[in-house]
Amino acid sequence: MNADDPVIPVDPQDPAQRRRRNQQDGARGGKPFKFGQKGDVREVAVNVPPDEPPPWQFGDTHAVVGQRTPRVDAVAKVTGKARYAYDMNLPGMVWAAFVRCPHARAKVTAVDYSEAMKIPGVLVAKDYGSKDIRYALQHFGVVAAETHAACLEAVRAVKATFEVLPHAARMDQALAPDAPRVHSERPNKTGDDFRPEAVAAFEKAAQGCDAVVTGTATTEVQTHMCLEPHGVTARFEAPDRATVWASTQATFGARGEVARVLKVPEANVTVIAHYMGGGFGSKFSLGVAGAAACTLSKELGRPVKLMLERRAEHAQGGNRPSSVQEMSLGVKKDGTLAAYKVSKTGTGGIGGGAGAANPMIYDFGEVAEADFEVATNAGAAAAMRAPRHPQGSFALETIMNLAAEAIGMDPLELRRKNDKHPIRARQYVEGAKRFGWDKRTASGSGKGPIKKGMGVASSLWYALGGRGAQVLCRIRKDGSVEIRNGAQDIGVGTKTILAMVAAEELGIPLSRVTPFLGDTNDPIGPASGGSTTAPTIMPAARTAAFMAGRSLREIVAKTWDCGADDLALGGGKVIHLKDRSKSMTFEKACALMPGDEIAELGKRTGNYAAYEGQTGGVHFAEVEVDTEDGTIAVTRYLALQDAGTILNPLTAESQVNGAIVQGVSYALFEERILDRQLGQQVNADMEMYKIAGPKDMPRAEVILTEVVNGANNVGVAGLGEGPSVPVAAAIAGAVHNALGFPVWSLPMTPDRVLAAIAGKEKGK
Amino acid sequence: MGGHADEGKGSVSRRGFLKSAGVAAAATSLIDDAKKAMEPVGPAPAAAVRGETEIRFKLNGKETVAKVPPSMTLLELLRERLDMTGTKQVCDRGACGACTVHLDGRTVNSCLLLAMDATGRDVTTVEGLAVGDRLHPVQQGFVEEDAMQCGFCTPGMVMSCAALLAKNPAPTRAECAEGISGNICRCGTYLNIFRAMDRASALAKGGK
Ligand code: FES
Ligand code: FES
Repeated sequence: MNADDPVIPVDPQDPAQRRRRNQQDGARGGKPFKFGQKGDVREVAVNVPPDEPPPWQFGDTHAVVGQRTPRVDAVAKVTGKARYAYDMNLPGMVWAAFVRCPHARAKVTAVDYSEAMKIPGVLVAKDYGSKDIRYALQHFGVVAAETHAACLEAVRAVKATFEVLPHAARMDQALAPDAPRVHSERPNKTGDDFRPEAVAAFEKAAQGCDAVVTGTATTEVQTHMCLEPHGVTARFEAPDRATVWASTQATFGARGEVARVLKVPEANVTVIAHYMGGGFGSKFSLGVAGAAACTLSKELGRPVKLMLERRAEHAQGGNRPSSVQEMSLGVKKDGTLAAYKVSKTGTGGIGGGAGAANPMIYDFGEVAEADFEVATNAGAAAAMRAPRHPQGSFALETIMNLAAEAIGMDPLELRRKNDKHPIRARQYVEGAKRFGWDKRTASGSGKGPIKKGMGVASSLWYALGGRGAQVLCRIRKDGSVEIRNGAQDIGVGTKTILAMVAAEELGIPLSRVTPFLGDTNDPIGPASGGSTTAPTIMPAARTAAFMAGRSLREIVAKTWDCGADDLALGGGKVIHLKDRSKSMTFEKACALMPGDEIAELGKRTGNYAAYEGQTGGVHFAEVEVDTEDGTIAVTRYLALQDAGTILNPLTAESQVNGAIVQGVSYALFEERILDRQLGQQVNADMEMYKIAGPKDMPRAEVILTEVVNGANNVGVAGLGEGPSVPVAAAIAGAVHNALGFPVWSLPMTPDRVLAAIAGKEKGK
Repeated sequence: MGGHADEGKGSVSRRGFLKSAGVAAAATSLIDDAKKAMEPVGPAPAAAVRGETEIRFKLNGKETVAKVPPSMTLLELLRERLDMTGTKQVCDRGACGACTVHLDGRTVNSCLLLAMDATGRDVTTVEGLAVGDRLHPVQQGFVEEDAMQCGFCTPGMVMSCAALLAKNPAPTRAECAEGISGNICRCGTYLNIFRAMDRASALAKGGK
């Protein structure tokens, strides 16, 4: 196995497989390095690829990496100097906006733009896009004007007639026997039914169980609601160039799309995303706004800004699909899970990717799964932090709690018994102690109208990231250092850890390194999805800095008449390892450069064969449920989260905090509500689409579990998804504990809580 | 399909979604309205009045003269005419706080204030909070406690927090939550903002 081979995920629960692979690696003469976590450190043989530094390993100490470091662009953000795509004001710039259809399904039969064209400052008002409307607020026209205000006025002045057609905006409507087809070429419901053998195996295993618990969990559609809308400021530069300031999670992907839209060579396109105001998975493509702005800019010969308006963000900016998950789980008295059956159905609107993924954290024995997707006349779904997972986790952890109750076992105990992941195994114990799990009372035992409860849920993600990045490190004669990649920092602090990795490798203070991200004229980088940005870029950054540092050592070695390997960088100096009397400051060494700079390109190679590929997390929540008005307050929260090597604890914790806050929001508030008759979203704004605010916050604590994962020379894992998986599930578990029975649907709004209580009372 | 209104009615009832006649009638009239209006429902700036007026006000301590149409908001003036884009536009209707500025020392949503109403007033934006290179204690607190992720809500948050600190030099967590309850953050930075406010409060008192 050589390090350039693609990553093959290894089942961490299979020591035999692990050993085999490690031996393979070692058999080619790899050197042993220490990976793992406290109490479980293993020596693993690794072939370090040429030009790469040896991996950071367990027990290494660092000067810069691992320090709580304010982000390098923090001052720009708190002073308003950070300029986003939305903030671009270019000379001669024109504003554009879409003209939209209010109906969920219609044909645009006639459009009159004449009044719109009469408004002073309006330059364009015309058809744009399909006239076959398949969801409310789909666009069919576009206007462009000298000012934003004129643009909006023009939109309003467009007159159109529609042939309104029957729609199926909601999932129940799309599933009705006489429902209109959303996509003419296929039925509304598609997917994979149970395999009969799997069902038979499930049934057989279930017969051997002491209890089989059942339940149906439902979750609603939530929208991303990024504060900066989707959109770009585009400048076509005749005859064949373009610069586009985009609110994007994928600068390089957007560059390709701009080139295709404008029919210019990709090399002539620059996409810039120095700052971007939130994406969460919904900004991977140039998008309809971006494509329209590019086209208009070419037509008008002027820069064009087109950002989606707020209501369109909800309709057109992406969403997390809904789900209905019907489950049966068989458990034995000793806590062994033996049989799990789940049928999942969800809608991602006119797009795909619906449904739920039950994170397969626990060993369920026989598993039978069915997975369906329902097309509806609603805006298309998009990836959203840990796509499919939070909804799956909510269902799965809820049925787990029910199973624990059925056999009279503590829910945490049931999880420990069925989860052999070495990292979570430790987190269960540490978390329970820290959170005071022993103070948890029996489910539903609280007196009085306000009931307290505690819940637990587990997280997994796949510490992805691999080849697909190159990083340029430049050391200048004056001793300053640049570290450059063209991918974006979507707000998680990527730019900061990029500089930290370079500073660490070069043995200099962080202040000497200037990081650059978000410009496609710099070397290629990944899209920010699936928690891959840091694990893809950082090893290449370290390699680039290592190579540049090595070139510097070679220069110094010449003057000292020794080998470059006799020298090391550290403490802002070049030091001679064998002759301690010799040392030179980093600046002096740089001044010896024959040319003006050293520039080295570090490449991301594949992950080491020893890499085990999963991150772990365990989350705890405490709630108070007011059984009289149905409100829930999350009072305390604890997240134990593994993200491999923690490069910057300050920003890593912020990212986990963000997952907690968004999870509280998903658990308690968020719901896209579509009007049954009109198919329009009734809360396509920020006042009625409620998300968690500052008053809804728990006291929260984040513990980053130290894990050296042996993936590559840095070993960092991303935090976009992992901590987002279990939050709603942990809160739901706490609500279950408080009430004595679960609330099966998210968001757990007061009406749903009261209905659950009423249902329970009636049932008794 | 021909007549739109009839088709609308017919198709709705054909699908059998509407069980009660009352609901059906209401829905039909809504569809009729949508048809009769014959225009997409767009955001509605009251921009019928043309022409521009000169206004004078103080912006971050500087006397400022600008020509504005009567319908222009202070937010539009700042962002689109004066190229002061630190103040963010998000909901444009008073629901998110991203556009928060200080008007004579009090917070306002600049998306809800007509630029003309700033005449003769003292406006401070996020660009004017620091004194030279010296950050305001709230800004410094935000930096140290990482009270930002994407940063798009941050200018509004900073302005709300600065106004709160001016009124209440040592706000509790609950008072802080109340103080920024008009500001929405999608990335989920509230927990860090509470810490940043504790830090700002200490800094403002001259602590370290
Ligand atoms: S933009 Fe003014 S409150 Fe949202
Ligand atoms: S930091 Fe992104 S919205 Fe608050």
